[in-house]
Amino acid sequence: MAIELHMPALSPTMETGTLAKWLVKVGDTVESGTMIAEIETDKATMEFESIDDGVVGKILVEEGAENIPVGQLIAVLLEEGEDASVADDVSAAEPVAVKEEVPAPVGAPVVAPAAPAPVAVAAPAPAPVVQASTGDRVFASPLARRIAEQSGYDISAISGTGPRGRVIKRDVESYTPSAAASAVAGPAPIDGDAPYEVIKLSNMRKVIAKRLTESKQNVPHFYLSVDIELDNLLAARKNLNAMSDEYKISVNDFVIKACAMALIKVPEANVQFHGDVMHQFKRADISVAVAIEGGLITPVVRGAEQKGLRAISDETKDLAKRAHAGKLAPEEYSGGTFSISNMGMMGIKQFDAVINPPQAAILAVGSGEQRPVVKNGELSVATVMTVTLSCDHRAIDGAVGAAYLGALKMFLQEPSTMLL
Amino acid sequence: MSTQKFDIVVLGSGPGGYVAAIRAAQLGLKTAVVERAELGGICLNWGCIPTKALLRSAEVFHNMKHANDYGLVADSLGFDLDKVVARSRGIAAQLSGGIKHLMKKNKITVIEGNGTLVSPGKLSVEKDGKITTVEATDIILATGARAKELPHLKADGEMVWTYRHALVPKKMPKKMLVIGSGAIGIEFASFYNELGADVTVVEMMDRVLPVEDEEISAFAFKSFKAQGLNIMTSASVTKLDKKKSSVVCTVESKGGKSEQIEVDVVIIAIGIDGNVENIGLEQNNIKVDRGHVVTDEWGHTGVKGVHAIGDLTGPPWLAHKASHEGVILVEKIARDKGNKEIKDLHPMDKSNIPGCTYCRPQVASVGMTEKAAVDAGHKVNVGRFPFIGNGKAIAMGEAEGMMKTVFDAKTGELLGAHMIGAEVTEMIQGYTVARTLETTETELMHTVFPHPTMSEMMHEAVLDAFGKTLHM
Repeated sequence: MAIELHMPALSPTMETGTLAKWLVKVGDTVESGTMIAEIETDKATMEFESIDDGVVGKILVEEGAENIPVGQLIAVLLEEGEDASVADDVSAAEPVAVKEEVPAPVGAPVVAPAAPAPVAVAAPAPAPVVQASTGDRVFASPLARRIAEQSGYDISAISGTGPRGRVIKRDVESYTPSAAASAVAGPAPIDGDAPYEVIKLSNMRKVIAKRLTESKQNVPHFYLSVDIELDNLLAARKNLNAMSDEYKISVNDFVIKACAMALIKVPEANVQFHGDVMHQFKRADISVAVAIEGGLITPVVRGAEQKGLRAISDETKDLAKRAHAGKLAPEEYSGGTFSISNMGMMGIKQFDAVINPPQAAILAVGSGEQRPVVKNGELSVATVMTVTLSCDHRAIDGAVGAAYLGALKMFLQEPSTMLL
Repeated sequence: MSTQKFDIVVLGSGPGGYVAAIRAAQLGLKTAVVERAELGGICLNWGCIPTKALLRSAEVFHNMKHANDYGLVADSLGFDLDKVVARSRGIAAQLSGGIKHLMKKNKITVIEGNGTLVSPGKLSVEKDGKITTVEATDIILATGARAKELPHLKADGEMVWTYRHALVPKKMPKKMLVIGSGAIGIEFASFYNELGADVTVVEMMDRVLPVEDEEISAFAFKSFKAQGLNIMTSASVTKLDKKKSSVVCTVESKGGKSEQIEVDVVIIAIGIDGNVENIGLEQNNIKVDRGHVVTDEWGHTGVKGVHAIGDLTGPPWLAHKASHEGVILVEKIARDKGNKEIKDLHPMDKSNIPGCTYCRPQVASVGMTEKAAVDAGHKVNVGRFPFIGNGKAIAMGEAEGMMKTVFDAKTGELLGAHMIGAEVTEMIQGYTVARTLETTETELMHTVFPHPTMSEMMHEAVLDAFGKTLHM
């Protein structure tokens, strides 16, 4: 029986090779260990040695031929006493021979239809197989498992970001068990005095809990407050709104516009902290917190610095309406380079907001109210609003935050400066 | 003036550039590489590979000198420097040819010449005064780096060398001074010392191989001393005074002590500078910080469609770091273009890049040194195992060396592994895989290491960290 020589895989990644040189010719006698050819792979030229004894019967690939797939028949060795015609038979039959290797597993299904009785048994058989493959096995690195165990976390509750969703160290380290989970893990206060009702967390509530906990745990917050007089702004707003019934500009629309313009004026505040680097944005995309049933959502007014008050007003109204109806598309409430949370209309004088990561700042807006102010030693009355900026100290320093609030104050106290 | 259009053009064909190009081509992107010199860059032509060829000659020569230890007879030993160098150059040429083949196989267009970024999406390539314009939606800068020189430490290629000159010596120096004991400096010191030169190494830090674990540095120092290398730590070369056929080096040690050393040749190996000049960075507002292009964790420069990888972007200056960055960046670009096949893409974890130095004894490491781990607040378990306790090492006649592991005492995380001794550069990968898979000491202890191999010491060094070593 003639011996087939195939293109060898000389490295694990080798898929094709170049037959650089034949070291034997038809008729040569080779024995185990004889160098037959030089094969060129990606990076190196290697010698291909025979593992059989025989006489070279046929060479099927020319010297210098490139891109020969691994496994392709390249030569035939004749065993003792074999005629050269055997080599022709082998090379002619070659493609069939390769195919024959593949159908081996076909044998099994052939048996099944031949014996009808076991079919009933065969039918349930796949079920456990399916179960096994979709079972509850959690893919997690050993280190992730150990840290989870030491922290008292249930590894199956942690979502993985490693290869194919494997839970890895960083997933466990960034995991915050939800309130419900810790209640189960800790002593459950079922015997407490006050009766209560268990409310299942909505997905929105879970996201709020996770993100804001992360924010307070990981983001070093600091807060800067400033009082802003609104009398000029209110006058401008009154004039604008008196001109037409087609729109109604709100104080909040002015705040959105002014926040965006201040971010462009003080770009150091329009940033996000990303580990080794910071991102400094060239556009001000303002996330506006909207309270909705069961939580809140932050639709984004993109490029607000370039939009007019009317465009901002129309857009926020539309976004808020659809937010209440639960009809916002994900891209409409994600992204954003800066957030505004306005609780003025609810009568809140001043508050500190939690930063919405990865953003680095959020402005908490209180209500505009008449307050006594002292100007040039004289007591007078002005409409004043207190705003508080929460900053991520990793990305924004106090001086930058102050510069930002300075710009914001200028734009809001003298709204005409927004036209400059 | 002709214009060619591509999806991706890579400027530089070193291990960062050519690998990025191959990956891009595999992902179906029309790709070109621009190269001003040899395909394969410094790594294949003037770095990693040709130095390994020289060091192999030195190693064989060392073994010949010790033939007697193995019961062999080798008389009238000697070497032919020209042939040693010719072998190294031949290997470099062979591999550069291999890259040419890889480019062809992957249908990557190779454009010869000096490339300059004209604007995002546009490169001009100058060759012999002829200028071609190349356009691509994404351009990857991978121009690499070169030996750092200082005003008082400038190479002339005659008596003051950089690695480039040290790779192709015309004659064997008798007396040599190497400035810097990082991987490059110490490898050349090792090579020339083995061939008989009287070598002095001057290191500014207080120890040799300063990036390695302190214990490994100390081990290396003792070993180098025993081989006859003269090593001056906490010292710097303040002046090179070139005479007719020698250089007088002024070396100042800590405490102001100054001495003069006269040598035939000085090798400058004080670090490297990124090749940031004349590639169009300034006019395109691409940020450069301390000689390196600034990028985000993916390799984006912040200028749309312009990216950078490898030595150009900063340390560690290693070929495998560059290649890996190239693959990640290209996959990110492909994914941004809408390729849905790409999954599990993450920026590279730079804490997991192994480093290898091919002096004798070899040094290899991955992860944190013991000091770095402690400084980072870890309570650590440290394991050690000496080569003298390993049968294979003794049989090989390579009983000098040690392995060291650093574990987090609480979580069992393998924080770092450090090795010195024969063939350790081939073994560090075991620990690197362990770190990548986030194994703890348990899985490493449960792993069966083949006997007799030097890799058994990797097992023992893990066992030792938990008081369970068997062969000591």
